[in-house]
Amino acid sequence: MSSRLLNKIGLFFAALVLVSPAILFFLWMISLSLKFEIDNGAYPPILIPERFAWSNYAKVFEENNFLLYLWNSVLVTGTATLLALLIGVPAGYGIARLKAERSAIVIMIARMTPGLSYLIPLFLLFQWLGILGTLWPQIIIHLVVTVPIVVWVMIGYFETTPMELEEAANIDGASSWQVFRLVALPIAKPGIVVAFILSIIFSWNNFVFGVVLASRETRTLPVAVYNMLSYEQVSWGPLAAAALVVTLPVLVLTMFAQRQIVAGLTAGAVKGG
Amino acid sequence: MSAIAPERAGVTTQASEESQPIRLAPNYWPFVIPALVVVGAVIVFPWAFTLWMSVNSWTLGQSRSFAGMENYLRLASDPRFWESLWHTLIYTFLSVVAPMFFGTVAALIFDARFALRGLLRGVFVMPMMATPVAVALVWTMMFHPQLGVLNYLLSLIGIPAQEWIFNANTVIPSLVAVETWQWTPLVMLIVLGGLASVPREPFESAEIDGANAWQQFRYLTLPMIAPFLMIAVIIRTIDALKSFDIIYAMTQGGPGTASETINIYLYNTAFSYYDMGYGSAMAVVFFIVIVALSFILLMLRQRSQWVETEGNR
Repeated sequence: MSSRLLNKIGLFFAALVLVSPAILFFLWMISLSLKFEIDNGAYPPILIPERFAWSNYAKVFEENNFLLYLWNSVLVTGTATLLALLIGVPAGYGIARLKAERSAIVIMIARMTPGLSYLIPLFLLFQWLGILGTLWPQIIIHLVVTVPIVVWVMIGYFETTPMELEEAANIDGASSWQVFRLVALPIAKPGIVVAFILSIIFSWNNFVFGVVLASRETRTLPVAVYNMLSYEQVSWGPLAAAALVVTLPVLVLTMFAQRQIVAGLTAGAVKGG
Repeated sequence: MSAIAPERAGVTTQASEESQPIRLAPNYWPFVIPALVVVGAVIVFPWAFTLWMSVNSWTLGQSRSFAGMENYLRLASDPRFWESLWHTLIYTFLSVVAPMFFGTVAALIFDARFALRGLLRGVFVMPMMATPVAVALVWTMMFHPQLGVLNYLLSLIGIPAQEWIFNANTVIPSLVAVETWQWTPLVMLIVLGGLASVPREPFESAEIDGANAWQQFRYLTLPMIAPFLMIAVIIRTIDALKSFDIIYAMTQGGPGTASETINIYLYNTAFSYYDMGYGSAMAVVFFIVIVALSFILLMLRQRSQWVETEGNR
């Protein structure tokens, strides 16, 4: 008995060691964002300062048009995710029912393709269409990220939902659309939630599309933060505060929806081979 | 698959599933068509266009002309390209090996039961979800040679200060450290999924036979989770090859070109020099490299699974 208890304590500390780089990183990120320049430049470094520099956060929103960029991020991620759900949930259903497993290869190839190789042609196309100054190029190109995620998760989900109800509805004379809408969709709600969350996270985090396609007015948050890095190398406090503001929504989502995210990622990954 | 089997055990073809004459077979294609259109527009069209661009000479603002294989020949004799390919391969190799090691260890630990397991696992997964640019930014500050917290921590255990991403010799390992920090959780989750599917009985009999923990791991656990490890290797390889955000945000390929991977060189060619034709050729070659490496790994996986089933008989 006591050796088992010892074993459990050992496991706990081993886990603590493994998690410590993550804990240290996020603690340090918070610390950096709450310190004045003097404290950030101190040696040896200070973890918890005597005075908290809440003004760093105020500075981020006042000086960098951050509210506009936040709104841009919400619009791009929101629209790209909603469009992906509209298109991808039925597609996942169709592919699962058609047993068209080969179509999964298309999604695999989409995953293998570097984002930049979509960017060259689409950049030229958007330029030719004259829509580079709007948010549409980013919304459209984010579909490259969101649609495969949604389709992938939904195929996996619809494959595991029972067919009996759908067959019964079919015998009763319901059309394919009615079967989908009234029978399959309500059962698939948890799967849709997983697809929604993963799509939001990966679209929100995306950087490379924005760096090429965004103009001054249409930057998303990751691009805005990157621009701060290149132009304001001096002040660490506001920089760290900006970094935290960008990633906070995603981290909060991760904490509240941990179970769904883990389920979705492992399912997607394990199917990935 | 097995869920639909029992009623019509004799009938094996999938098509017959809906073949009862009275009712119409449901038509599932309309569900897929919108997605096909979108995939065609944002995935297939760009590919076709990239292929076509790669045999043209075109810098934005100048006139376009057909160039045949010129871009590809130029690529073959471009030392900067070969250097970036080399960087990509080193970066990828290290960014697969390190997360695989730590991720497997973490999975073995988190598979057991202990206090606060759920909470610790939750924190462990967070780096993977954090916005890469934000991660890059904070790591850049931590890597700072004079003011960074990392050099301070090293000084506590008597290791001299490093220049991390600011030195050509240490920049790639430093970037790999960030990549490892961020993506070890994904490996952990995949391997954890594998461990969940491992049956209990063999371990019980092994214990009775007096096998120690290492022997149990080596001869029972490892072979059983091997397919999951291969999946993790494949996914990690693809992602590490494509890595862009962290490298670009932290070093932009520098110092000099010491951390310039193909992806970064591709970005610079297309969107700093606006050499679209050459950039497209690079994109094509880059994609071939990714597909080739993935294919080799998939073949290895097929083989390992085959050995697996042989062994079970």
